[in-house]
Amino acid sequence: MIEFKDVTKIYPGSDRPALQNLSLQITKGEFVFLVGPSGAGKSTLIKLFFREQLPTKGEILFDGKNIALLEKSALLKHRRQIGMVFQDFRLLKQKTVFENVAFALEVLGKSPAEIQEKVPLTLAKVGLTGKENAFPAELSGGEQQRVGVARALVKDPTILIADEPTGNLDRDTSWQLMELFSAINESGTTVIIATHAWDVVDRMQKRVIALAEGSLIRDELRGSYNDQH
Amino acid sequence: MININSLKYCLRQSTVSLKRNFWLAAVTSAIIAVSLAILGGFLLLAVNVGQFVTSVEENVEIGVFLQADADAEKIGEQLSNLAGVESIAFVSRDEGLNTLAKSLGDEVLLSGLAGEDNPLPDAYRVKVTDVALVSTLTDSIRTIPGVELADYGEELVNRLLKITNWLNTLFVGISILLALGAIFLIVTTIRLSVLARSEEISIMKYLGASDWFIRFPFLLEGVAMGWVGTLFSTASLAFIYRKLAVTLQQDAFAFFLRPVTALDKLLPIFLGLLLLGTLMGGVGSLISIRKYLKV
Repeated sequence: MIEFKDVTKIYPGSDRPALQNLSLQITKGEFVFLVGPSGAGKSTLIKLFFREQLPTKGEILFDGKNIALLEKSALLKHRRQIGMVFQDFRLLKQKTVFENVAFALEVLGKSPAEIQEKVPLTLAKVGLTGKENAFPAELSGGEQQRVGVARALVKDPTILIADEPTGNLDRDTSWQLMELFSAINESGTTVIIATHAWDVVDRMQKRVIALAEGSLIRDELRGSYNDQH
Repeated sequence: MININSLKYCLRQSTVSLKRNFWLAAVTSAIIAVSLAILGGFLLLAVNVGQFVTSVEENVEIGVFLQADADAEKIGEQLSNLAGVESIAFVSRDEGLNTLAKSLGDEVLLSGLAGEDNPLPDAYRVKVTDVALVSTLTDSIRTIPGVELADYGEELVNRLLKITNWLNTLFVGISILLALGAIFLIVTTIRLSVLARSEEISIMKYLGASDWFIRFPFLLEGVAMGWVGTLFSTASLAFIYRKLAVTLQQDAFAFFLRPVTALDKLLPIFLGLLLLGTLMGGVGSLISIRKYLKV
């Protein structure tokens, strides 16, 4: 359902492409790791799919539609199917855990009744029941990232994208977060994770798409962080 | 895209933001109030000057003074037949002297000049149908035999027209400058609240909020400041104007300055100010938020 066709992205003012002739497909319900060193093009790939950036060349299709051609309302619809998780969590400090998650529904114009119903359910899914009234500063890094995941999850996205979600977390916490992502994936959501965490990638035995200097260098169904062949 | 839940959310956001930046918002409203009050003051002055000019124009008459031996009746007929003449009135030399004496305020002073010693000639007062015709009409009256002198206060009318034109340009110029200044202030105030919420805005975009949803609270904020400013300016303007009008109407010496009090002439000014205040608030906030929406 996601298809990159010969996509090249060159940022204005740069002569080196951030992505070069990239072609790949991700089908519904997959769990995919995007790996590669900094500057390999992982974040660019995510930005292109979110249509925060437009490709310099090539097409990105989602459910058969070229996302570069989406009208404003269709673009909003596209973005609303995508749940985003960030390395730095991006929680609102002055809002409680509950309010941070509720925020995702408020901006979509959902009713207070729906918010009251859905937020506790989602917080239970990520294991944060009882922390509703805590502020982000009172939580550990792992817990904060769970709030970030809950915020992405509460609007029932078809795709969950995480850009270095474990970048600021220790090994144990990272592993727990990956198990959470795995559970989310098992309930049918497509999960795409850009990461440096090689040990986690190796242990998960999921599909690995490896990028280097903007090009696809490896795409394995049960891959590891480094090429072992 | 905006439903009732969104609307409530936006209202809450604007209220919180206005509370947080209370003093800045208050100062901005005050400056909008001052600039709109000055603009409104100018508009009221312009309406009054306009009315004054109109009344002067409506009263423009051509004074036609006859030679001593002229046939007054025949000249009167000729005057009536001219195109553009609305009415004529004969003023005999005796009547003329009386009027002059009255306007000088001393009827005894000129009493010695009555009768055969009266230096004034017979005259006609000619009313015209259109002020624009007054100058050409005067010229043709001057060619009628037996007419000594025809005059309509050329100087006064021309000077008045020039002054009003000049004043109008000045009013418009100053008003535009003031409005721009007020918009600049609104832009600054809103930008501060945008900056205070820039992180929130970027998250909102990732959560799929529509542009209007993001814009709306700031728009409300700007419009609210515009309204508060307009309310203060129109209220104080109306108060001052009323006082001034009452004083002028009671003042015998200012009898020629009849202030405009008709509601149908004043209401558009106040409604216009309200619209302008709202517009300034809205435009200011849209300018502020524009560059934060590019994703």
